[in-house]
Amino acid sequence: MEKNQINLSEDRLGPHGDEFYQELLDAHEGLSLEQSVRLNARLILLLANQVGDISVLRAALATARRTAT
Amino acid sequence: MARYAYEPFPYEMPPELRGGAMGDAPVAIIGAGPIGLSLAIDLALQGVKSIVLDDNDVVSIGSRAICWAKRTLEIFDRLGVGERMLEKGVTWKVGRLFHGDREVYSFDLLPENGHKYPAFINLQQYYVEQYLAERCRDFPDLIELRFKNEVFGHRDYGDRVVVRVSTSDGPYELQCRYLVACDGSRSPTRQRMGLTFEGHSFEEQFLIADIEMDESPFGSDAAERWFWFEPPFHDGQSSLLHKQPDNIYRIDLQLGPDADVERELSNETVVPRLKRILGDKQFTVDWLSIYKFTCARLERFVHGRVIFCGDSAHVVSPFGARGGNGGIHDVDNLGWKLAAVVKGTADEALLASYDRERGYGSDENILHSSRATSFMTPKSDLERLFRDEVLGLATDHSFARRLINSGRLSVPCSLEASDLQTPSEFALVRPGMPVVDAPLETKNGPRWLVELIGNDFVAVSFGNGDDPELRGVPHIRVHPKGSRLDHTGFVDVTGMALERYGEGLTYLFRPDAHVAAAFRHPGSKAILKARQRAVGQKTLQAAV
Repeated sequence: MEKNQINLSEDRLGPHGDEFYQELLDAHEGLSLEQSVRLNARLILLLANQVGDISVLRAALATARRTAT
Repeated sequence: MARYAYEPFPYEMPPELRGGAMGDAPVAIIGAGPIGLSLAIDLALQGVKSIVLDDNDVVSIGSRAICWAKRTLEIFDRLGVGERMLEKGVTWKVGRLFHGDREVYSFDLLPENGHKYPAFINLQQYYVEQYLAERCRDFPDLIELRFKNEVFGHRDYGDRVVVRVSTSDGPYELQCRYLVACDGSRSPTRQRMGLTFEGHSFEEQFLIADIEMDESPFGSDAAERWFWFEPPFHDGQSSLLHKQPDNIYRIDLQLGPDADVERELSNETVVPRLKRILGDKQFTVDWLSIYKFTCARLERFVHGRVIFCGDSAHVVSPFGARGGNGGIHDVDNLGWKLAAVVKGTADEALLASYDRERGYGSDENILHSSRATSFMTPKSDLERLFRDEVLGLATDHSFARRLINSGRLSVPCSLEASDLQTPSEFALVRPGMPVVDAPLETKNGPRWLVELIGNDFVAVSFGNGDDPELRGVPHIRVHPKGSRLDHTGFVDVTGMALERYGEGLTYLFRPDAHVAAAFRHPGSKAILKARQRAVGQKTLQAAV
């Protein structure tokens, strides 16, 4: 896949978006900030493996990095 | 435009206190709010008499419930007040969402064509109550409104309920077969019965204000809806500004858990804060209120001969306008069932299906409003980080916009899981879903599909074919686009009806306009069997 074809904007969760968001917060419930950061790290690694496409991951890394201030 | 003039409803000495016999009605309703009045009208349309008892004598003070969703408007249409509400209400199209000073995105609420009612309108609760009370006057023999009649006790004898009422002329008793408590979130009936109201209370406090203002804050005459996360004009988490009729604007400010109520309600605090939102426009404050909210429900909505309906049965956070709308959906579900039981055309067991179907709807409303509350009031630094990053990504990424949750607007829940419905996998509008509107043409002019359905079971066939022979179930056929109009037929002029329902299919609608069953090859026996099932009777009996 060419880089300019990667669409990170399109919604792929549909009606499950609200469910996922709530379950994400529930997963963090009661954790310290460091525990939460570690949970996020594990989660990113798990999801990256599921995405499996290095060009998509690079585009996501660049987007996430660009909005960091 | 003058602001709303509150006209007290007249109190009349009840007949029991004028030496008359004890009042006896099939149904007594406690509470003359939107829910109680709607139920009285729904029962009257079924020919069932009710007495409505209310401790007060004016409509809602302040705008309170203002967002009325499409399905609710269709129910109001069936009750005979929908068009009046649509005409008076404000229909907005453009919504803008801000994070601090930054506009994250705006959206144009382009409704799908071919529906009589829009996604929702804004209309103050006092107008809704006024229109409903005036509609009640169309049924002088079937609806008795008793204002300043406060219920202070009741006793359920198993086959009837005796209700104890106090008035300025003294106490009296009346008798009914069923008592419906539409007495609101703090339901005195529920408290008297000692019923557990289980759920979750939130600490956040909200200030709501009705502001009268000639000049629009939106920079144009179009009605918009503006929502802020972390607004720049106060230190709370969120704010909402939208328009109501009569140049009244509604402002909701989330104040946080520690706000000092008296200070927040004082002019010294309120006016400067509003000026920070509205600039130097001239405005007057019409109404102010501070509230906290709870998401909770009764475990059961039917207790013997006492039935709970609306906020007395379940309460939600205001995000998504699921309180008032959910209550009207309760009425829609209960009205025809209670009428059928009172008239003896269905067993009392049908009332248990009200509990199941609306219990399910109420759980769905609580779930959605709890999720919105989570998004809007982050409980920890991490929750706030996630929320802020969603808002950050939303400017350029449409998926993130879908995650922003400032309330998911009330939509009808599907009753597909309920055993009153006959499963029909091929149906485009699945059993359990409410009617989907479409424009039709008749010899006498245009009609909407929603106007033809409701108050009774009705079978509707889409496309050409042979009419099934039905005893006791009215039948309508919607002919394909291009068909010649005869004097009784309905034609799908735009093609939307057949597209939405499927050509060649027949649907059986319940009196609350929900699909009970669908048929590819409608035989009279199958339709009558589905109808029996929909009134809670498993075996096929002669239609009643």
